[in-house]
Amino acid sequence: MNNRVGISKNTLTRKFNIKNKKIKKMFNTYQLYLFILPSLTYFIVFHYAPMYGVQIAFKDFIATKGIWGSPWVGMKHLNRFLNSYYFWILIKNTAGIALYSLVAGFPIPIILALMINEVRNKYFKKLVQTVTYAPHFISTVVMVGMILAFLSPSTGIINQIIKSLGGEPISFMTKPELFKSIYVWSGIWQSSGWGSIIYLAALTTIDVQLHEAAIIDGASRLQRIWHINIPGIIPTIVILFILSAGGIMNVGFEKVFLMQNPLNMESSDVISTYVYRSGLLGAQFSFSAAVGLFNSVINFGLLILVNTIAKRIGETSLW
Amino acid sequence: MISTSKSDKLFSFTNYLLLCIILIIVLYPLIFVVSASISDPYLVSRGEMWLLPKGITFEGYRRVFQNDEVLTGYRNTIFYTLFGTLINLFMTLTCAYPLSRKDFIGRNFFMAIFTFTMFFSGGLIPSYIIIKKLGMLNKIWALIIPNAVSMMNVIIVRTFFQSNIPSQLQEAAEIDGCSIVRLFTNIILPLSKPIIAVMALFYGVQHWNSFFAALIYLTDRSLFPLQLILREILIQNQMSSQMLMTGNELDLIAKQAKAAELIKYSIMIVSTLPVLVAYPFLQRFFVHGIMVGAIKG
Repeated sequence: MNNRVGISKNTLTRKFNIKNKKIKKMFNTYQLYLFILPSLTYFIVFHYAPMYGVQIAFKDFIATKGIWGSPWVGMKHLNRFLNSYYFWILIKNTAGIALYSLVAGFPIPIILALMINEVRNKYFKKLVQTVTYAPHFISTVVMVGMILAFLSPSTGIINQIIKSLGGEPISFMTKPELFKSIYVWSGIWQSSGWGSIIYLAALTTIDVQLHEAAIIDGASRLQRIWHINIPGIIPTIVILFILSAGGIMNVGFEKVFLMQNPLNMESSDVISTYVYRSGLLGAQFSFSAAVGLFNSVINFGLLILVNTIAKRIGETSLW
Repeated sequence: MISTSKSDKLFSFTNYLLLCIILIIVLYPLIFVVSASISDPYLVSRGEMWLLPKGITFEGYRRVFQNDEVLTGYRNTIFYTLFGTLINLFMTLTCAYPLSRKDFIGRNFFMAIFTFTMFFSGGLIPSYIIIKKLGMLNKIWALIIPNAVSMMNVIIVRTFFQSNIPSQLQEAAEIDGCSIVRLFTNIILPLSKPIIAVMALFYGVQHWNSFFAALIYLTDRSLFPLQLILREILIQNQMSSQMLMTGNELDLIAKQAKAAELIKYSIMIVSTLPVLVAYPFLQRFFVHGIMVGAIKG
């Protein structure tokens, strides 16, 4: 009896001591909390406060009454969006552009990295890397400026070539059916080199001994790429795939917005440009917030879905 | 020794050939823009200039630099870039350091709530309302504070701290009675120059190239960054008459249209130049930095 009480007392004090130790440690490292304070404040104000503000999607936002004081209206705005004429056009364009980018753009940096990795000449390797990374640093505005200048029906170099080959000049930017291709392929031109860095990094971690053993076994270079390099970077590929699949509805607003014009609108209008137009230009705050929320929720759902699938199939996942 | 087989040689050759084609595809548009910016616009628009400059003229650059709005935009952008990057660096380093320490209680909690913001956000409209409420509309702060930290970069820096700075060094310093702040400023920061350079480049480029925040938060033209002025010139085709007309050209509309093309190419170069000049010097840093951050992410 006495003994038992003694034990429980003992564990109690031990527990207390651990807790005490923790507090003591926190106290000793209080400066670390001062370090993180600015960022904590930043994330609360600029990321979590907008999440709180999302409730205006279910209210009729009245600026003078504030986020809290505005009256609830339930699913009114969401229903309006789901039933609107634009809904399917926006979904089709957003998902279409995103899937096209993913299918065409995702493998290219991987292939490029595998190719660069095989270059034995140090200077040539450096040259290829320097040149292919460079377009990443061009701003979206200049990038779209270049697209417009190159594709101009009267003065653009592409149409000059078409004309000199005896063809008819094409007014690229006013043709809705060409919009997605122009968007995707110019994006590949701009970002594939940069995207390859991360795979190159992953390739450098592959054990050299694997290659040595394979060479002794008489494997060709192509075989070594197929059986050593590609399996070696699969985890990186999976992680990046999850991330890009999770952001699928976040088609780069800036570039689409800059490339848009009234004539290509039917295939260039995506959810984010629609939110901008109806929300900030049209001042329909609640309605746009509902559309934006709809988009975020789909994205987040996709992220979780892809992550779960990746976890089931392979062993790599985000969390 | 094992000699390279025929198929390996063929592979190598094909690889080099394909990479050369990629090089040309990437380089050609870049060279074309440079050449077009100093060529006679008449020859460019007729397709006679296809690689190297023809009929060299610096008229485009002269007109760009004569324009007050471009110059103001340039000045504003330099300010936003320098000031914004400084704040970014401060925030990112102070955020990444505690997260890199194993003895930081609450590390996982902070990591989780910060990382969550990478995947879910309140969206454009609620963010706009917050900025408006804070009184940042039409203030320079609107371009600097709302993007003070990027979690992606915090993760890269945190990984750098963890993998490149031995924890024994930190423990030794602390046993000797060094405070955490002093440890950070006198030991960690000097050892982290490469990653600081990388972050400065990343954030700097981001500020230099950004236009969206300015588009939605600013209406005062005197605060406009360069990219917003560029948008008007390159995409909306709005050029001030000051740019287009000089003296005796007032009447010649066709000539003006040609001048407009020339100005566009020149301004692309002018706006991108600082980034491209800094880039080769910083390249080895950023490749290294990304690699450090990427592998163990």
